[in-house]
Amino acid sequence: MTASTATVVAEAITTSGLSKSFGDKVVLDGIDLRIPEGMIFALLGPNGAGKTTTVQILSTLISANAGTAYVAGHDVTREPGAVRAAIGVTGQFSAVDNLLTAEENLSLMADLNHLPRAEGRRRAADLLRRFELTDAAAKPVVTLSGGMRRKLDLAMTLMGDPRIIFLDEPTTGLDPRSRRTMWQIIRALAADGVTIFLTTQYLDEADHLADRIAVLDHGKLVAEGTPEELKRRIPGGHIRLQFADVGSLESAAALFGSVTRDDEALALNIPGDGDIPALRAVLGALDRASIEAEALTVHTPDLDDVFLTLTGRPRSGDDAGSSKENAR
Amino acid sequence: MTSMSYAVSDSMTMLRRNLKHARRYPGLTLSVAGTPVVILLLFNYVFGGALATGIGGMSSGGGEYIDYIAPGMILLTATAGALVTAVSVCVDVTEGIVNRFRTMAISRASFLTGYVVGSVIQTMASIVLVIGVALLMGFRPTATPLEWVAAIGVLTLLTLALTWLAAGIGLVAKSPESASNIPLPLQFLPFVGSAIVPTESMPAGMRWFAEYQPFTPIIETLRGLLLGTPIGNSAIIALAWCVGLSLAGYAWARSTFNRDANR
Repeated sequence: MTASTATVVAEAITTSGLSKSFGDKVVLDGIDLRIPEGMIFALLGPNGAGKTTTVQILSTLISANAGTAYVAGHDVTREPGAVRAAIGVTGQFSAVDNLLTAEENLSLMADLNHLPRAEGRRRAADLLRRFELTDAAAKPVVTLSGGMRRKLDLAMTLMGDPRIIFLDEPTTGLDPRSRRTMWQIIRALAADGVTIFLTTQYLDEADHLADRIAVLDHGKLVAEGTPEELKRRIPGGHIRLQFADVGSLESAAALFGSVTRDDEALALNIPGDGDIPALRAVLGALDRASIEAEALTVHTPDLDDVFLTLTGRPRSGDDAGSSKENAR
Repeated sequence: MTSMSYAVSDSMTMLRRNLKHARRYPGLTLSVAGTPVVILLLFNYVFGGALATGIGGMSSGGGEYIDYIAPGMILLTATAGALVTAVSVCVDVTEGIVNRFRTMAISRASFLTGYVVGSVIQTMASIVLVIGVALLMGFRPTATPLEWVAAIGVLTLLTLALTWLAAGIGLVAKSPESASNIPLPLQFLPFVGSAIVPTESMPAGMRWFAEYQPFTPIIETLRGLLLGTPIGNSAIIALAWCVGLSLAGYAWARSTFNRDANR
C-alpha cells in the first residue's frame, strides 16, 4: 500500500474542516476533532445535527465534500481499507442478518475477519457469554428483543477486535435496563484501551460515559470539553421547593439567601445539581426552621438546557420536548 | 495476492450465507418455480386446446402444445428468479447489514459476487424443478446429452445476465416493494415473444417487436436444442444478448454498490 501518512500516532481520530452537504443542504460545516487513543468521546446533538453523517464519513461509508479526516493514522478517503481494518461500527439500525441465528451471525463475522476457525469459535462463545446471549445463540435473530439485537450487533462489531469503535446512538430505543447493560459494556471496552466514538441525544448518557463531549448543532460544533466543563457552563440545575402559603415562602427565601423566587407559583428555585448531600442540606435547613414545604422537585440540566445555553435558542426537531423534571 | 485470495474467500463466505438462507427458507426457491408451473398448467390444460389448434402446423415442431410452451416456461423461471434476487438484495441493503459489510476490511466485490453466484444456483435449482414438472406433464424433448448441456448452458448464461441486472435493481430500489415492481416488465416480456405462440401469428408491429426482443432468440435457441426445431442465427443473437446484458448488469451493479452509501 502507500506509505503510511505521518500524522500523530497518539491520536485515534483527527478531523479538520470536515464538511458535507447533500444537494444544497449543508449537513456538516467545518468540523475539527482531536480524539486521543483510549478515550470515550461523545458527540452530543439533537436529531438532524449531523451526528450520523459524521460517523458515516469517519467509517468510510460516505465521503466528505471538504476537509480531512484521519482514523487510526490513515486518511479516510485515500486509505479506506486501512481505516476499515482498524475500526468497528455499530450503526443506528441494527446491522444483523435476521435470517441467521445469533451464533451464525458471529461466525459470519469471524469468516469475514479471516479468523482461524478455532479462534472464531472461541471469540463467539466468549462474546455470547459476556453479553448474556448464550441462551439465544441458536435462535433466529428475528425472534430476539430489541435490546438483545443491539447487543448482538455490538458483539458482531467486536469479533474483529477493533481498536476504534463507532457507536451511533447505541441506546436509542432501549429500555432502561438494556441501556444500563449497554453502558457497562461500553465502559468495559474503554477499560481495555479501545477508543470509543459515540453519538447520543442524551446529555446524561454522554455525562455517564464520556471523557470528552462535543456538542453538535446544525453541522457545527458549538462546545467541547469534559462533562464537568460543559455542565459548569449550563446553569439549568436546581432544586425547586413549593409552598402552601406566602408566609412559608417568605421564611424559606430568607433562609436560603441566593434563590430565584416565583411568587405566583409560591415556589423557590435553589441552584445546585440536586445530589443527595444537597437535598439533605435543603431538607435539614427546612426542618430546623420548621418550615413546611408542599413539594420538592429536582431539575437536572438536560440537552434542552445545553442548547438553550450554548446556542441561545431551544433545540429544533420533533423530539424537543419540555425539560425534564424528576419528581422526588 | 492476498487481496485476490481474500476476494475468493470473502465471496465464498457471502455465498455460504446466501445458500444458508435458501436452505432455511426453501419457500423462496419453490416460489420461483411456482409462477412458471402455474402458467404451464394454465396454458397447457386450460388454453392449450384452443391455442394448439390455432398454431397447428406452425413452427411448433409438429408435436404436442406442451412441447411448444415448455421452453418458454423454463425461461420464465429465470425471470422469476431475478425478481426474488432484486427483492432480497434490496432487503439486505435497507436492513443495514450491507453498511456493516462496507465498513469491514473485506473484498468490495464479494457481497455482489456471493449474491449472484448464490442466486444463479437457486434459480437453476428452480429451473430443474420446472423442467421436471414439464416432463411429468408430457414434455418430450428429443435432445441428445450434448444438446441438454448446451441448453443448460444457455439458461445459466441467461440467469447470470438477469441476476446481475436484478442485483443492480435491488441496489437502486428504495424499498423491497419497489424492488419487486421494477423487474415486472421482465416477467411479461417472454409473453410478448415466442413463449406462448409463434411470432408469425402476431400483427405486424407487435411481431416486429417480438422478433427483436432478447427473449425470442433465446427461446428459439432452447426450443431448437431441446426439440430439434431450426435454430438459424438465433443462437448467436441469444448469446450476444446474454453476454451483453451480463456485462451491462455487472458494470451497473458494481458501480452502484461502490458509490457512496446514501439512504
